[in-house]
Amino acid sequence: MAQQNIKVALIGNPNTGKTSVFNQLTGLRQQVGNYPGITVEKKIGVCKLSENTNATILDLPGTYSLNASSIDENVVIELLMNKNDDNFPEVIVVVSEVENLKRNLLLFTQIKDLELPTILVINMSDRMQLKGIELNIPLLEKELKTSIALISSRKNIGIEKIKELILNYKNLSTEPCLNASSIDKEYFDKLRKAFPNQLLYKLWLVITQDVNFLNLERNEIKNSFTKSHADLKRLQQKETIKRYQFINDTLKVGQTIDVSKATDIRAKLDRILTHRIFGYLIFFVILFGIFQSIFEWSKYPMEFIDSSFASLASFAKIHLPAGEFTNLISEGIIPGVGGILIFIPQIVFLFLFISVLEESGYMSRVVFLMDKIMRRFGLSGKSVVPLISGTACAIPAIMGARNIENWKERLITILVTPFITCSARLPVYAIIIALIIPNEKLFGFMSLQGLTLMSLYLLGFGVALISAFILNKTLKIKTKSYFVVEMPSYKIPMFKNVSINVIEKTKAFVFGAGKIILALSVVLWFLGSHGPGEDFKNAQKIIEENVYSSKIPVNPSVIPDRVSEYKLEHSYIGIIGKSIEPVIKPLGYDWKIGIAVVSSFAAREVFVGTLATIYSVGSHSDEEDTIKNRMAAEVHADGSKIFNFPTGISLLLFYAFAMQCVSTLAIVKKETNSWKWPIIQLVFMSGFAYLVAFIAYQVLK
Amino acid sequence: MGQKGTIIDFDIDEIPMKLLEMGCLPGNCVSLIQIAPLGCPLYFNVNDSHVAIRLETAKKINVVIETQD
Repeated sequence: MAQQNIKVALIGNPNTGKTSVFNQLTGLRQQVGNYPGITVEKKIGVCKLSENTNATILDLPGTYSLNASSIDENVVIELLMNKNDDNFPEVIVVVSEVENLKRNLLLFTQIKDLELPTILVINMSDRMQLKGIELNIPLLEKELKTSIALISSRKNIGIEKIKELILNYKNLSTEPCLNASSIDKEYFDKLRKAFPNQLLYKLWLVITQDVNFLNLERNEIKNSFTKSHADLKRLQQKETIKRYQFINDTLKVGQTIDVSKATDIRAKLDRILTHRIFGYLIFFVILFGIFQSIFEWSKYPMEFIDSSFASLASFAKIHLPAGEFTNLISEGIIPGVGGILIFIPQIVFLFLFISVLEESGYMSRVVFLMDKIMRRFGLSGKSVVPLISGTACAIPAIMGARNIENWKERLITILVTPFITCSARLPVYAIIIALIIPNEKLFGFMSLQGLTLMSLYLLGFGVALISAFILNKTLKIKTKSYFVVEMPSYKIPMFKNVSINVIEKTKAFVFGAGKIILALSVVLWFLGSHGPGEDFKNAQKIIEENVYSSKIPVNPSVIPDRVSEYKLEHSYIGIIGKSIEPVIKPLGYDWKIGIAVVSSFAAREVFVGTLATIYSVGSHSDEEDTIKNRMAAEVHADGSKIFNFPTGISLLLFYAFAMQCVSTLAIVKKETNSWKWPIIQLVFMSGFAYLVAFIAYQVLK
Repeated sequence: MGQKGTIIDFDIDEIPMKLLEMGCLPGNCVSLIQIAPLGCPLYFNVNDSHVAIRLETAKKINVVIETQD
């Protein structure tokens, strides 16, 4: 028999465990992508229902209702309105949870109005006893005109029931729960007459929402049926009240809550975690712990990756037949791949902590604690999450700013987030600090190198806050101060959810940023090992002639080194580097660093890889050294070290402030919908970086 | 803190739709759970939803406070 496939859409409020249900249904058979043209994450997974039937499950972004207030929520509505969409579901699964059933059902009744087969999943059944909740499922099924699966994704109970219901979706009722159009009979009757072929609720959504639906008709509908904004909102309020009336009536008979049985750990935890002193103390201890462990724990795998790739490169060079192709592998590709993989440990740790904090419900308490403080800088309590995620990567951080309701606060968050020290800066910092700061302990226990790194983090954070403050004073945007945060109940994070999240984020980084880094390192290798003109081709002859004709006796053993250096200087990359040298010289950089800085504008992490590629092209020996040792050995013509203290500090400051990440600029463009903001970021941040690095070098020199 | 009340009405233009969806509607019960250390935001239980809003939004909502006995 032919394989059958059922298209399913998973919809639910945030914090209902929708993603765990998705993970339980599909396991690791998931694909993460983006919706075309926007950066909303699109997750699709496959679930085997029976011998010859599969379900393709689409995990839609969490939404409180079909009244969209963000792009994420728009995705949900647009999909459900468009029958021609490839992902248009044959059956909808609405995920709710026992503790917030009342609120979750609001979305359910709206979905039912779309007259599609709909299954209701009630999650977290394991908490019912704890909360003294009892549900009369058959009665609820009858009232809500649906089939219900009472499950616990945490305990893996009831997942089979969902599969069974999906398999038999044709038996589901497509009748709405209530007649919402009675809120303004006259208005809706007129609407029905004008568009007899359209579903009334869809028309209503088109009128109240800013969504795309049958573009041609949209204007027509809007023009003839428009009401003032306030009138519409009043109607929406009436609609919401009506829905809640229905829900309350239903739950009155279908749900009993024995408050005396409920043990409330939430209140106790809230009292401590949002306490005026302990709350902040706990938050800073957690933050400190996160950073401490990121650096301490990831040090070892990072050193291991660094040295393994160095030996792999030399292995390739020795054992593969000599030639262009081997050089490409050992000098271009292997150091390039190593330059990507070295980030994995830190990214894994950071996302691990962030997803544990989010899953547990603690993040909302941080938002609550920090809102007032952040507002002084023109930010929102919700900016804390992007600012913390910014220490991993600005891209997910800027996307995370989406749930900030106030446009001005959101814009400022987007603009200042790139100042936060992201993990791409880390290898640059790490290698330069190791070169210029002595490995000594202050007072016997504080490592000087560690302190330097910490001050760079604080510096980034401080500059982010100061620029936010300035932006807040200068930007003339009038917005209403909307701020609504749900405080979810505390939960122990589920291993499966956290690990899938970490794997996905890491994969996205490796394949997203990785492509750029790898491509650049191959291009750089080519530019570094090829050159125009006679100087490059005849390097060997020129150096030999120079050495033998020189009056001072020279040891012939330095010839190979001199040749490779001469070649590099006259390669394409050398020519580019030399031409920008006048600009970067006042900052204390030579042309090799210049190349690395320029290529860093694609992505900062390219810096170390670029230097690695340049130096491995420039070294003749078969012995592959670690990048750090090679950098330490670099000297000026007069024999003084290139990576000395003033140059090092100047580089650190430049990387702390410069806007060097094409992907971030692209994301800012998408999120702000204009080129204005990314260009402002690029010019101001990089100009500021140049100025600070210039002053630092000139003073320290 | 710990005060309870019932929502009477509010200035609809000043209240985000999301708050209505959470159940912040006339006739529903509301209780104050926690005030953030600097006096804002406020953390409420409204219609069994736990939600934090800023002081200026909260000021737009009229509530009759139950007298404690």
